[in-house]
Amino acid sequence: MNSPAVSSAGPVVQDTHHTSASKTKRFAVGIFDDEDVLLQAVENIREKGVKIYDVYSPYPVHGIDDALGIERSRLPIAAFFFGCCGLSFALWMQIYMLGFDWPMIIGGKPNIAIPSFVPVAFELTVLFTAFGMMITFFTISGLYPWYKVNVLDARATDDKFVLAVELDDTSSQLSKLTTLFRENGASEVNHKEMTNF
Amino acid sequence: MQHISAVREPLVTGGKTYHDVTQDVCRQVEAAPNIRWMAAFGVALFFLGVFFYSIYRTVWFGIGEWGLNKTVGWAWDITNFVWWVGIGHAGTLISAVLLLFRQKWRSSINRAAEAMTIFAVICAGQFPIFHMGRPWVGFWVLPLQNTFGSLWVNFNSPLLWDVFAISTYFSVSLVFWYTGLIPDFATIRDRAKGKIAKFSYSMLSFNWRGSAKHWSRYETVSLILAGISTPLVLSVHTIVSMDFATSVVPGWHTTIFPPYFVAGAIFSGFAMVLTLMLITRVVFKLEDYITLEHIALMNKIMMVTGSIVGVAYITEFFIAWYSQVEYEQYCFLNRALGPYWWAYLSMMSCNVISPQVVWIRKVRYSITFTFILSIIVNIGMWFERFVIIVSSLHRDYLPSSWAMFSPTIIDVGVYVGSIGLFFTLFLLFAKFFPVINMAEVKTILKYTVNDGPTYGGPNYGGQPVTRTAAPAPYSTPGVPASAPVNYDKHNE
Repeated sequence: MNSPAVSSAGPVVQDTHHTSASKTKRFAVGIFDDEDVLLQAVENIREKGVKIYDVYSPYPVHGIDDALGIERSRLPIAAFFFGCCGLSFALWMQIYMLGFDWPMIIGGKPNIAIPSFVPVAFELTVLFTAFGMMITFFTISGLYPWYKVNVLDARATDDKFVLAVELDDTSSQLSKLTTLFRENGASEVNHKEMTNF
Repeated sequence: MQHISAVREPLVTGGKTYHDVTQDVCRQVEAAPNIRWMAAFGVALFFLGVFFYSIYRTVWFGIGEWGLNKTVGWAWDITNFVWWVGIGHAGTLISAVLLLFRQKWRSSINRAAEAMTIFAVICAGQFPIFHMGRPWVGFWVLPLQNTFGSLWVNFNSPLLWDVFAISTYFSVSLVFWYTGLIPDFATIRDRAKGKIAKFSYSMLSFNWRGSAKHWSRYETVSLILAGISTPLVLSVHTIVSMDFATSVVPGWHTTIFPPYFVAGAIFSGFAMVLTLMLITRVVFKLEDYITLEHIALMNKIMMVTGSIVGVAYITEFFIAWYSQVEYEQYCFLNRALGPYWWAYLSMMSCNVISPQVVWIRKVRYSITFTFILSIIVNIGMWFERFVIIVSSLHRDYLPSSWAMFSPTIIDVGVYVGSIGLFFTLFLLFAKFFPVINMAEVKTILKYTVNDGPTYGGPNYGGQPVTRTAAPAPYSTPGVPASAPVNYDKHNE
């Protein structure tokens, strides 16, 4: 139970019947109607030592991070880093351009006038933070414009909460999981084979 | 799950299930455009044509097509610029500031309000660009080494700060808005039947599947974006106000400009949000999502910011007198009693007096009154910028150069045309994008009153939950049923 529940690095099940190069994964998919039922189910299922592949929901279910053992995102650190980059870039740019590269005498005022560099420095800090963080978010989550999107159940973006457990080779696992899901309030249990998932 | 007081209406009325939300919002995206949308789009396109024609005249024949003269070098263009930027501010306020303050009612209006922000900033951007006279060299505002030597832009100039502020504001708002749209695009993608729709929404949805880990990161990202957008939105109108405040022109040289402009921006922005929302909720039948309570809450924000603006107007007058600077004193007397008295009077009555009617409960919950009020406030805020800009400039230090400004038909054309541009973009958004943030509304759907039974949310085993079975809130005479009432229960 100490292993992280959501892991895409699990053993890839090769379909032994087809010797094609495409990777096929088999899933037991439990469909839940209610977020509170789902939360309880996730906890119970994990207690049984079953490793949950992922949970798909139409909206962020609060408390699911703890139930699944998802660690707190380190994106704020990335955001802070990008903000620092933006600030340093903006200050360097303004000081270099007006202070060193082409100093202009404007009413005898100092060339490196830090107070009037503040607005641009602030704006670039925000700009770098926002874009840096978003690009990081999309990259680490593998979110790109995609033509063919593989979804386990299309209702996961509408009104159902989808709990997926990856199946291994033993054939009895599916029936066991079906019972487990049903006991925990799943309204429906399906068996899905996904290629390139 | 929301825990709701018995005296309050739930945020979404009608006991909607998750699937109802999807249906209600996706309906207009999936259906063929209706006749009302087409008619509105036709009108918007006509005014867009007016915009293009006026811009063509401006660019081809030069800035002489506008009513500017040597004394009044900024007039309608900058008025319109500040007006549009101000309108944009409400969207960010709703999406960022209200998120930080955990105001859950924002969920059903944030999408359209953010769209409004982006389109308003697009409209605003047109004015400084075309005021340059040679928009094709507009890139000179960027810190690029120019071809005449290594002369850079002047970072001490508030006009340059504005370039950075507006472009950052536009890009960050766009990113914020798009991030929120991704889960909803995924919903539409999973429902899409047509090939083109499937393809487009697949691309737009960025491969979103609603994974728990993605949602966790998504919420972190939203919170940080809100956190940085809040100071950003305050900085943008602050910097816009510095275009004026850092000058030595009487009437502009005022230290209260930044907070005064920010309050004015939120004031006008909420007026525009109300105008758009009151139309959208009827046209798309979203009365259960944008309820009378939303309208009342927005009215309250409008009244508060309107009062701040009123205080700022009076403070300006007081400081002009108190400073004993005769130019400043003359400028303010000239504003109120000079040749532009009618603009000043419109500003005062529309912005200071009219929002005070919102103190009356019936007005706050009345759709008709709110709609009229929102239009009045938009007009008033346009006049505010006109008063600040033109009445300060037209009589400067040298009486021999005093002049009057009157707009040409091209001035009017660019302004009216920019409204056409705005509505063209907004109508396209309303047709092809989900106007309500479905994912976020679903989080506030399920609710309970006093830990009793739950209403709204999931479908229990195919059986719809009991709709409208929630205890009806008390009602006061004259206030429509869906308004939250019973604040004065003890009087009964």
